[in-house]
Amino acid sequence: MLKKRLIPVLLLKNGRMVKGRQFRDYRDTGDPISASRIYNAQKADELMFLDIDASSEGRSTLLHVVQKVSEECFMPFTVGGGVQTVDDVRNLLNAGADKVLINSAAVTNPSLVEQAANMFGQQCIISGVDVRREDGHYRIYTHGASKPTDLDLVQYIHQLEEKGAGEFLINSIDRDGMMIGYDGELLKLAVSATKRPVIACGGAGNFQHLAEAFGVYGVHAVACASLFHFGDNNPIRARAFLKNQGIPVKNV
Amino acid sequence: MIGIIDYGMGNLRSVYNTLTFLGFDSVVVADPALLADCSRVILPGVGAYAMAVDNLNRLGFFPALKQFAQSQKPLLGICLGMQMLSSTGSEPSPCEGLGLIEGEVVPMNVGVTTPLPHVGWNSFKLLHEHPLFEGVSKEVDVYFVHSYCFKPKNERDVLCTTEYDNIIFASGVARGSVVGLQFHPEKSQKSGMRILENFCNWDGLC
Repeated sequence: MLKKRLIPVLLLKNGRMVKGRQFRDYRDTGDPISASRIYNAQKADELMFLDIDASSEGRSTLLHVVQKVSEECFMPFTVGGGVQTVDDVRNLLNAGADKVLINSAAVTNPSLVEQAANMFGQQCIISGVDVRREDGHYRIYTHGASKPTDLDLVQYIHQLEEKGAGEFLINSIDRDGMMIGYDGELLKLAVSATKRPVIACGGAGNFQHLAEAFGVYGVHAVACASLFHFGDNNPIRARAFLKNQGIPVKNV
Repeated sequence: MIGIIDYGMGNLRSVYNTLTFLGFDSVVVADPALLADCSRVILPGVGAYAMAVDNLNRLGFFPALKQFAQSQKPLLGICLGMQMLSSTGSEPSPCEGLGLIEGEVVPMNVGVTTPLPHVGWNSFKLLHEHPLFEGVSKEVDVYFVHSYCFKPKNERDVLCTTEYDNIIFASGVARGSVVGLQFHPEKSQKSGMRILENFCNWDGLC
């Protein structure tokens, strides 16, 4: 039986790990390589690195982090943030990433997902979609929640699936870092819109929230930052909790 | 010397890094002539079947790999590398594989609402004992990411099976010194590393 996945997310800025709230007010949370070693020891299911500092200087720092992590962490990991071209995807894969997340560039350059999926396979392209709830409907934002779009969420997901997105990371901007639970309506909408696996992001504050995401909203994986960064929580305890709730998790 | 075949596709670095971590010396091989110096070979790979066999052919790896397998030295195919051990593939159109283990690679025929690719951690059922699985717990999960699966012609070539939705597929195949794994041992933490360590110590007999 295929298990539900727990994915710690590490946001990177200038080679440091940070965490904010609602895509703002970032604070330093440590060294990403040390944190990856710990998640490796705790047998997290996957790791995800999102670079929020898209400068060219930041890019080489990111590649260095990716390279170091691939030497020491023997689990799948995704890297994203500022990915704009097929060459960016190739560089990250060559540095050791298993999957690459494409977000803003899929809006400005709709053929990028298709090109990357044809070249490297759908399994290694994750489409990131950042969503804010506005007046009862969902608006997609790009460029770190700074640019609103007029895209329809369900149509956009359909379009990306057709172009070859292998998975979706659905990130709630309102819930980011708030630790008040997931936006269930958003997750249900995303899950019903695609045949690809959906990874929920934004809002998890306790293990019960994870159980809801799997059991009620039907997602295939959860990506968590604050939950594991702040407080005495880790993937081992999360797995044990979910197992007791009857949710299938990895046997190690 | 352990050779890791480089045919321009797939995450070679993670296989290389895992072997290095385990204390084995390996070399990335992009020239088929160098296979003669290898005591064992790993064929990794992610991506589409047809493009991968094209690349292998273009670089001259087809005859070299067949010859290597004939010499009874251990050969391990991982993911797409496992699928290419088959006689034919269908991604995106029919094409010929290495033919080291007879069978075809076909799309996974899951229910319409079941997600593909099959991605994540899943268990396996070992059909017979094999040196690669020595000391590996039968209860563990391993990491998969694929949308196609290998259907061996002969039941006895199936080493282990895995269930996804309504189908049971071959997650491992083996014949003599040739083994293929649909999952990624290099990404499967402790048990995956044990399988790779066993492969590096295996003489090709079972």
